[in-house]
Amino acid sequence: MKLTLKIWRQKNSTDKGGFVTYVADHVSKDMSFLEMLDVLNDQLTERGVDPVHFDHDCREGICGMCSLYINGKPHGPLQTTTCQLHMRSFSDGETITIEPWRAKAFPVVKDLVVNRSAFDRIIQAGGYVSVNTGGAPDANEIPIPKNVADLAMDAAQCIGCGACVAACKNASAMLFTSAKISQLALLPQGQVERKTRAEKMVAQMDAEGFGACTNTGACEAECPKGISITNIARMNREYFSAVVSSDTM
Amino acid sequence: MSWVTKTLNSTLGRKLIMALTGLFLILFLSGHVSGNLLLFKGDGGQAFNMYAKFMTTNPAVKLLSYLTYISVLGHILYSILLAQHNKSARPVPYSTSKGSTNSAWSSRNMGVLGTIILIFLVVHLQGFWAKMHWGEVPMVTYAGEEYKDLYLIVNEAFKQVWLVALYVISMVFLGFHLSHGFASAFQTLGLNHNKYSPAIKMVGTLYCILVPSLFAAMPLYIHFSSY
Amino acid sequence: MILDSKIPAGPLAEKWTNHKFSSKLVNPANKRKYDVIVVGTGLAGASAAASLAELGYIVKAFCFQDSPRRAHSIAAQGGINAAKNYQNDGDSIYRLFYDTIKGGDYRAREANVYRLAEVSVKIIDQCVAQGVPFAREYGGLLANRSFGGAQVSRTFYARGQTGQQLLLGAYSALSRQVANGKVKLYPRTEMMDLVVIDGHAKGIVTRNLITGAVETHAAHAVLLCTGGYGNVFFLSTNAMGSNVTAAWRAHKRGAFFANPCFTQIHPTCIPVSGDHQSKLTLMSESLRNDGRVWVPASQEIAEKLRKGQIKANDIKEEDRDYFLERNYPSFGNLVPRDVASRNAKYVCDQGLGVNETGEAVFLDFRYAITRDTREIIEQKYGNLFEMYKQITGEDPYEMPMMIYPAVHYTMGGLWVDYNLMTTVPGLYALGEANFSEHGANRLGASALMQGLADGYFVVPYTVGDYLAQLAPKQVDETHPEFARIKEEVQNRINMLLQINGTKPVDYFHRRLGKIMWNECGMARTIKGLKGAKAEIQALKKEFWSNVKVMATNEELNQSLEKANRVADFLELGELMVDDALHRNESCGGHFREEYQTPDGEALRDDENFAYVAAWKYLGEGQEEELVKEELVFENVKLTQRSYK
Repeated sequence: MKLTLKIWRQKNSTDKGGFVTYVADHVSKDMSFLEMLDVLNDQLTERGVDPVHFDHDCREGICGMCSLYINGKPHGPLQTTTCQLHMRSFSDGETITIEPWRAKAFPVVKDLVVNRSAFDRIIQAGGYVSVNTGGAPDANEIPIPKNVADLAMDAAQCIGCGACVAACKNASAMLFTSAKISQLALLPQGQVERKTRAEKMVAQMDAEGFGACTNTGACEAECPKGISITNIARMNREYFSAVVSSDTM
Repeated sequence: MSWVTKTLNSTLGRKLIMALTGLFLILFLSGHVSGNLLLFKGDGGQAFNMYAKFMTTNPAVKLLSYLTYISVLGHILYSILLAQHNKSARPVPYSTSKGSTNSAWSSRNMGVLGTIILIFLVVHLQGFWAKMHWGEVPMVTYAGEEYKDLYLIVNEAFKQVWLVALYVISMVFLGFHLSHGFASAFQTLGLNHNKYSPAIKMVGTLYCILVPSLFAAMPLYIHFSSY
Repeated sequence: MILDSKIPAGPLAEKWTNHKFSSKLVNPANKRKYDVIVVGTGLAGASAAASLAELGYIVKAFCFQDSPRRAHSIAAQGGINAAKNYQNDGDSIYRLFYDTIKGGDYRAREANVYRLAEVSVKIIDQCVAQGVPFAREYGGLLANRSFGGAQVSRTFYARGQTGQQLLLGAYSALSRQVANGKVKLYPRTEMMDLVVIDGHAKGIVTRNLITGAVETHAAHAVLLCTGGYGNVFFLSTNAMGSNVTAAWRAHKRGAFFANPCFTQIHPTCIPVSGDHQSKLTLMSESLRNDGRVWVPASQEIAEKLRKGQIKANDIKEEDRDYFLERNYPSFGNLVPRDVASRNAKYVCDQGLGVNETGEAVFLDFRYAITRDTREIIEQKYGNLFEMYKQITGEDPYEMPMMIYPAVHYTMGGLWVDYNLMTTVPGLYALGEANFSEHGANRLGASALMQGLADGYFVVPYTVGDYLAQLAPKQVDETHPEFARIKEEVQNRINMLLQINGTKPVDYFHRRLGKIMWNECGMARTIKGLKGAKAEIQALKKEFWSNVKVMATNEELNQSLEKANRVADFLELGELMVDDALHRNESCGGHFREEYQTPDGEALRDDENFAYVAAWKYLGEGQEEELVKEELVFENVKLTQRSYK
């Protein structure tokens, strides 16, 4: 396959950046999208051009490090991570536009690499159960109904890639935030800090400059792990009931 | 900042206001459309005019009407606040974006739809509501009591083709606005449940077709029955 | 030199309890006066950093990823072992200990493995308390499965994402301490070197991957939780960024490297599809429960298959060789990882491989589908089949899967004593980065157990014991040693940038990987290893004269990052070969063709090789010195594994 690649190049966070067009030749259909970029980068290096920087690590769809907004969609045409996208999803002669995630809260670091530490700070605001190592009761002491554990697991599958923010027309992080709030609100272990968690995580999400949800459902449709927007509804419930009943002013 | 203002200034709080005002306006539309069905009664407008008088004079209705004004203003104000906030959340736009593959058109264009509805609302209020309240309206007498003949004004107005067209087209936009807004309000309130959500969605779909269609039928009916 | 493993005296089951009691304690008010550096934020790193911060120490946590949550522990699928005996099937701490020692082919330390089994039960409690959503039964209690051929069901799991859930649990504990101000996070920061002052580890030198700034960090203790070195093979199931740099630089500053040749090859991975291949994807071992492994019975048929003239389903039953069932009638397709891998390699070497590259065997589900219906197979393996289809474009319900072994885990690592301290006082190694618990072969679902055991339950005690012996005063970061090592790091970076050769970094990495895979992979020979050593040395020379690293240090520079790591892999590769060459026996993941039983099984030599081979770095260009730690087995009897 021969492809035309329109790739966003940006030297650093202060550079204005712009698209540069490259031609990728002899692309095999069995290559993953990132392998196609690897080959391009080796060619660029041999030509003395700084390779295209992009985030990636596990390349098996679980670490959440890879990103890329490909032809107008986060992680490209399939509902999967970019590392699991293969070139057979594209056709010979196609032009592929590759952009970084776009959000105020995800500033571009270089080329296609963005800074997603806002997600870490949202978790730091309360995405945990405050138990110190060593003091935990026996794991089977509190039975948890299977369906509840399954629901919690559905939410817990989030890989924190940020595709939800990238897909959302408002760059909202509600799917991400709600997945963690849901997981812990569903489990008995999360009950003690349930109210403060919802309040603090939502406040941090807002402080990071993410947009508000307008319930378009784009996040759910693009989430590589299929996290449901029912989690956003649950977060809303958690938050509203927390603010009216908690004793924090 | 108190916890109330803090909450109402949060993204979730603002969404809550959008949902609550939106739902109230949906209630208002239900009342409005059912009352206006009297236009179809074919009694020369007597029932409609009596209803109109009741609606402008009854104290309970008055209270409700103030709530409606507040809801409209709140819905608009907060939509502007949210739209600004959301715009600032993505300062650099994408060069290519295929929203159509992951979300419904109406859901992505609520602001546009709302603005069109707002323009319609201004025309609509100016044509009927303002006239009813402060304008020159001919009077009719039923059973010895005087009534403003709003029916006549409605009839006169909808003789104009352009106005009928504006109303019908606006109702299409209202339909799209509601097609997203109805279920969305429930989602924002956190009412998403695998047992009830399908029902809410279905009622929402019915509502967004039925109510605007009935509204649109009114000018059409009046226009064509005037020939 | 004699290596002191510091194994406590007393009966096996009481060693850890006694040791904890005899460890010195740091006064609670003084804990905040001690700084601890944790490098790596996987299961071991995140759990250690969080636990130490909870105790009151001031922790700095470093990771090269953009967030601690991305460490490669996240990719572990199967589960985590714990001797809970919730299933009433006869499990016990002793049985888990015994299985692990035996599975490791008797090349691990008894005391360490027993402690691992002992604390395993507390790991599950801790994780559940954190909100890790383990699989449950309808009654609400935790579910277990049997994994990797174990005779008891002791594996806890969270769908196929156990590693992810455990890591996110540890990450949440870590995040809580970041919020408390007890841990300072340094994401996108790579450790470049270790600072040793007066024989004690006192800090590290790092490179900020975004700005390129080379910085020094001082602390009273340094914990390396930096994972394994499987990427020395270029193609492995490791993440692209997984590297040996931190451990290797520590090795060059005095930490011994133990059993580097012990690498685990996982039999069920998706085969290489071409030269562009960047990594290999593991398919859960559970597939072998229902899939049958086969190749064509003759080379002619295999040849036709490779050329695409026939399809797998065209091959008649009598022309298929179910080689695992044929060779191991009692275990069949369920033989341990190393045996399955070696047999696959063997048939492919015979010219029976089934894909274009000739390096793949079939894993066929049509028998299971006929027997159990497609629905049942879909329930069990639906997500794996989906993943396979996504990567290969072929539907495993219709065509047999193709699989081939791939490097998966490295049992070797920095040598540590019972306290997980390396040969450099104050420097610890945890998780896959150390060598300790798995011997020559790791059992399924034991890596997660070890990472969390080290981080949550071992190191908080043993580091305290060390710190209690230091005065609670700040480490002097102005000590000239910090500046000296920082300068060395900068010089090395400048050297890499100045070579300006003609080949990108991956070119060298791929070649190194090929050498390692062919000669130091599943089967090793003295001739092959000797050749490999010379090849690696030549490659290293070529690397340092012809690599092309673009741009500058003062920016995000992924080719510079890679060059740094590959430079270390080149050195490690040579040591692995040395280690494989010296170990004249076959055990676990180390199979020397010269040492096998008449029917082709690994032939251990307990008389001469029941020791840990720890290697001491002596300087640039010098052969490393072998130091042995003899393994003493007081509780288990050494036997030959047999799966016939």
